[in-house]
Amino acid sequence: MNAVTHTQTITKRALHDPAWLKWTIIAIALGFILLFLCLPLWIVITEAFAKGWSAYWSALGQPDAQAALRLTLLTALITVPLNTLLGLCAAWAITRFEFTGKSLLTTLIDLPFSVSPVISGLIFVLLFGAQGWFGPWLSDHDLKIIFAVPGIVLATLFITFPFVARELIPLMQEMGSEEEEAALSLGANGWQMFFQITLPNIKWALLYGVLLCNARAMGEFGAVSVVSGHIRGMTNTLPLHVEVSYNEYDFVGAFASASILAGLAIVTLVLKSVLEWRQGKH
Amino acid sequence: MSIVLTNITKNFGKFAALNNIDLEIPEGELVALLGPSGCGKTTLLRIIAGLEQADSGRVVLNGEDKTEQHVSHRGIGFVFQHYALFRHMTVFDNIAFGLRVKPKKHRPSEADIAKKVHALLELVQLDWLHDRFPDQLSGGQRQRIALARALAVEPDVLLLDEPFGALDASVRKDLRQWLRNLHHELNVTSIFVTHDQEEAMEVASQVVVLNHGRIEQQGAPSDIYDHPANAFVSRFIGQTNIFAPDDHDAIWLQTSGLPVNDQNGKIAHVRPHDIEVEKASDEASAHAVLKDWQHLGALIRIELVKNAAHGESATVYAEMPNEQFKRLHLHRGDKVSLRIRNAHWFH
Repeated sequence: MNAVTHTQTITKRALHDPAWLKWTIIAIALGFILLFLCLPLWIVITEAFAKGWSAYWSALGQPDAQAALRLTLLTALITVPLNTLLGLCAAWAITRFEFTGKSLLTTLIDLPFSVSPVISGLIFVLLFGAQGWFGPWLSDHDLKIIFAVPGIVLATLFITFPFVARELIPLMQEMGSEEEEAALSLGANGWQMFFQITLPNIKWALLYGVLLCNARAMGEFGAVSVVSGHIRGMTNTLPLHVEVSYNEYDFVGAFASASILAGLAIVTLVLKSVLEWRQGKH
Repeated sequence: MSIVLTNITKNFGKFAALNNIDLEIPEGELVALLGPSGCGKTTLLRIIAGLEQADSGRVVLNGEDKTEQHVSHRGIGFVFQHYALFRHMTVFDNIAFGLRVKPKKHRPSEADIAKKVHALLELVQLDWLHDRFPDQLSGGQRQRIALARALAVEPDVLLLDEPFGALDASVRKDLRQWLRNLHHELNVTSIFVTHDQEEAMEVASQVVVLNHGRIEQQGAPSDIYDHPANAFVSRFIGQTNIFAPDDHDAIWLQTSGLPVNDQNGKIAHVRPHDIEVEKASDEASAHAVLKDWQHLGALIRIELVKNAAHGESATVYAEMPNEQFKRLHLHRGDKVSLRIRNAHWFH
């Protein structure tokens, strides 16, 4: 024990940087955060309240803003549970089964992260748009996906798919399947095993993934922008509403909506650190 | 509960893990599956448990074909190498798990479960740990809790994967004895996997030696030690000196007591304790030079060097009781004569 502490002190001393270097690096990091992260946030809030509380509330109370908020919540309400389920399936398949194409699947999970969101949106237009592969069939059956809510949900689903799976895969890989096998050998069925053994072990990582998935589902702009068609009061989500209001010089309206998204981001960050802290404890 | 395996074959891709395994284990035995790492012993254990599916072959437990049955319905208790205790549950909840997941009509009441769990905790002498979590236990304690958990569902067969593999040497010694006594008490047919031949010989009533996915020999520990079926078993169990007639002077072998004439290319395996060592008296005996010796508790292991064919030298190990060695008054570099009492000949 003593020897260990001793070595640590020596290493620390050997790695000790001069004070000026330490403070310069800290100043650069802090300065960057203030300039590029805190300042914009501050501007969003001050602009949103530039004309006072009542202007802020009336901007948010506008039917278009309300519709955008409702659509954003609806999209998140559909995509987050679906992607939680899909993410669990993908993580389970990759960490618990052996099959051909497994490494391809592992790579493909990250595809939505590596492709530009605009391209992701475009893919759906090419598939379901009027000129797209399924376009004629859809119009024959009077179904509308592109420039409608289903398109927005699909695009969001695609964009936010990796979050849950990516949180779970490394954790489940590290945990191995011995505890689950033990549960089965003791007579548990698949559901009992999942809810009593697997879920308690992955719940913090799962929540963390769901949280990030939700934040992205509510905030996604690029892909949704391509498929939405920007029909006010119909297919505008909150991020799109911000853009539309801003382009129409309705600054209070734009920043008021933006402040909701910013608030969501802050809540996400707080919950995220709480979850990280809980995860670290387990 | 007897265990009968017929024709078990298992391949992982191109790697043949098990090759046509036939094995019969009578009721009440404590059997060791012994072999070097990668020999397929853990795979065989997992196939018996139903945690792995064999490519072909049948698993019959107590006359009932269980090949197609799910692990949860086989009536087995499995103790994992790293215990696999449920980390988010207390020791009590871990042991109670198997009782609590039973279908409603078979599930005992909470009071009965508590009674049973405490009885098991007493059996493994750890009742005072019932409200701890697994990460607060030592390796030996975890091992015993894992065993108690497996016993809670009253399995017909107890399967243990390298049960002492992850423990300190001293804890391991204690637990071996303890497991043997426990088996004596419960008399449940048990199989454990090990790569440690000493452990297998000490704990098991039957030893099954595996190599490259095949069974090399099955028998009582003394059987396997005294009558190894082939060169692999002889080499794997205990220490063995190997004399290939081609590498040694025929006359030397003859005078040492190894008649080489009628062996047609076979190789002699000689246990160290089957070699008698004496101070060299006459030129007619087989000679070697005493190089060094080590104390193995009550025994002394003597390292001897002799001339072999092609001008090389060969090392021969002999063992004898401490007292006897002292009486010989031997020193390093002394010339000694050897006599080989017993040898096994294998191709």
